[in-house]
Amino acid sequence: MFDVRPVETDYVRHRAAQFRAQVARRLDGSLTEDEFRPLRLMNGVYLQLHAYMLRVAIPYGTISPDQMRMLAHLAQHYDKGYGHWTTRQNIQFNWPKLVDIPDMLDLLASVGMHAIQTSGNTIRNVTTDAFAGAAADEFADPRPYAELLRSWSTDHAEFQFLPRKFKIAITGAARDRALVAAHDIGLRLIQRDGATGFEVWVGGGLGRTPMLGQVIRDFLPEEDLLPYIEAIIATYNLSGRRDNKYKARIKITVAERGLDVFKAETEEEFLRRRRDFHGADRDALAVFARRFTPPAFRNAPATGYEAERQANPAFRSWTDTNLHPHRVDGYSSVIVTFKAAGATPGDASAGQMRLLADLAETYGHGDLRISHDQNVVLPHVHKSDLPALYLALRGAGLATANAGLTSDIIACPGMDYCTLATARSIPIAQEIADHFRAVGLEEEIGKLNIRISGCINACGHHHLGHIGILGLDRAGVENYQITLGGDGYDIPAIGQRAGAGFPAEEVVPAIDRLLRAYLELREDASERFIDAYRRLGPAPFKAALYPEVAHA
Amino acid sequence: MSKAFTPTAARPGVITANDLREGHNLWMCDAGWTPDPAQATLFEDEAIAELALLKAIGQSNLVVGAYLVEARRGPNGPEPTHFREAFRQTGPSNYFHGIQAQKAEAANV
Repeated sequence: MFDVRPVETDYVRHRAAQFRAQVARRLDGSLTEDEFRPLRLMNGVYLQLHAYMLRVAIPYGTISPDQMRMLAHLAQHYDKGYGHWTTRQNIQFNWPKLVDIPDMLDLLASVGMHAIQTSGNTIRNVTTDAFAGAAADEFADPRPYAELLRSWSTDHAEFQFLPRKFKIAITGAARDRALVAAHDIGLRLIQRDGATGFEVWVGGGLGRTPMLGQVIRDFLPEEDLLPYIEAIIATYNLSGRRDNKYKARIKITVAERGLDVFKAETEEEFLRRRRDFHGADRDALAVFARRFTPPAFRNAPATGYEAERQANPAFRSWTDTNLHPHRVDGYSSVIVTFKAAGATPGDASAGQMRLLADLAETYGHGDLRISHDQNVVLPHVHKSDLPALYLALRGAGLATANAGLTSDIIACPGMDYCTLATARSIPIAQEIADHFRAVGLEEEIGKLNIRISGCINACGHHHLGHIGILGLDRAGVENYQITLGGDGYDIPAIGQRAGAGFPAEEVVPAIDRLLRAYLELREDASERFIDAYRRLGPAPFKAALYPEVAHA
Repeated sequence: MSKAFTPTAARPGVITANDLREGHNLWMCDAGWTPDPAQATLFEDEAIAELALLKAIGQSNLVVGAYLVEARRGPNGPEPTHFREAFRQTGPSNYFHGIQAQKAEAANV
């Protein structure tokens, strides 16, 4: 079923007030920690290695300048001056005090934000392409559907206690930048015989048992989206395992029971569910679609853009790497990487957030996106504004020309913050980035996805890295396993473990050997690391990682 | 994980938790709870440690997530034996935040 709440901000404020009362009852002893824990988790409050952590939802990574300014305010006044973009397009604050969180939630509610369903065994933030509504290769804007899914799944009574957490991704572009195959449900907007619909994937996920999803419906008419998604999740809710949390994700349900069985049950449930949808979802979608009408694009020449490219090599280099093709002539999407030298991947200071909010208003039609690779995207920038935008970004340390390159590393917080981690991720990311900058090979290596997780839960998406790094605890020492050949985009693939793990100090030398071998092995500069790996197989790369074994 | 640890004379331990209201790390000491891990009580007897852990869990109006974890006797007090606890006693490695910053601040006062 689907009902649209008349005034959603009232609901968010109500939930914030409810949590304030729950915190008060925890502090006065009325609630034990066992009673309180599920309540705080339902509001995105975790207890981490050094402090509480508050995860705030940024639905499908889309955020307004005013919302960004509120995040800056929270970072400045309730944290240590920064926040952390997550790989699910959300933000985490690492140092809030429990007693302050009700105030933080009130402030978030004032700009329509919240932390609902950023934890727990519920439907989590729906993620999408950071270039949605802007990309040149996009067939249809996925955001109205993402908003429909968000609205429908928020506080959905039936799905508050699923066997395990549940993640949905949606894309409307030819190139999948939403990692559809790595989600519990993945949706690709497609067209068939003039009708719009979805290719529906199910059962993908990373974590300790990484699996790529499978197509459960090759064409779902778009008007059937909610009843079909509801049927999948209702089927999983009944048949998903609850005896073992490591086998409770839908990927295991589908793998154990077989896609055919799961699909048959889903289709049967779908026929029943569809009868309960009477058009409220269609009406809501029409309303949401109007929220995502394109901005008033300027039809103007890209004055000064090419001249500045010719005159300023640093600007040229930045435009070579950090722009993404826009569907409107004269426009580009700009990738602002949070991977400068010495930076923590995905960490944004309050000042940087405020600057981005201002720049989005000045140059970007007031639109901002958080990308799954822990960067920020200004989706709509006219090329004539790029020189000025670049200068403003550079002044704040936000104009590093490295999008998609070696130092644009995804890294989870790891054992610097996370209580689940088995090793640190951040220093490894920093050391790799520093090393390849120092030896000057980043440009020569070209496009490369390095992904680092500090435990098998794989928040750093290491399985999807061309080079993946997994931090483990081996007999009380940090140790790092390397996987090769993963890909989240063009040809989805789970990386394969290369061999024995490396102590922390040997990770950079190992990656250095690996990438120097790649430079020797590649046919030419247009053959990316992942292309060379696919052409040659793992053997020459393993030989570079483990020279002693190769020569033994 | 370290939460199932039981101390002995050969492998002593400390009790650690987080401050309920603010979240920072704390260690059980003779006077209650301290943010300085070097002041922690070192338990060498299983029964005494288990009793102290029950007491810690009972202080849920003050702390959250109390557990026993291995430590060794050092010249200035208990020291961590595992890197996870060493990080908890220091702070993150990417910023000078957490206990390392608190200590520096205290030293400058």
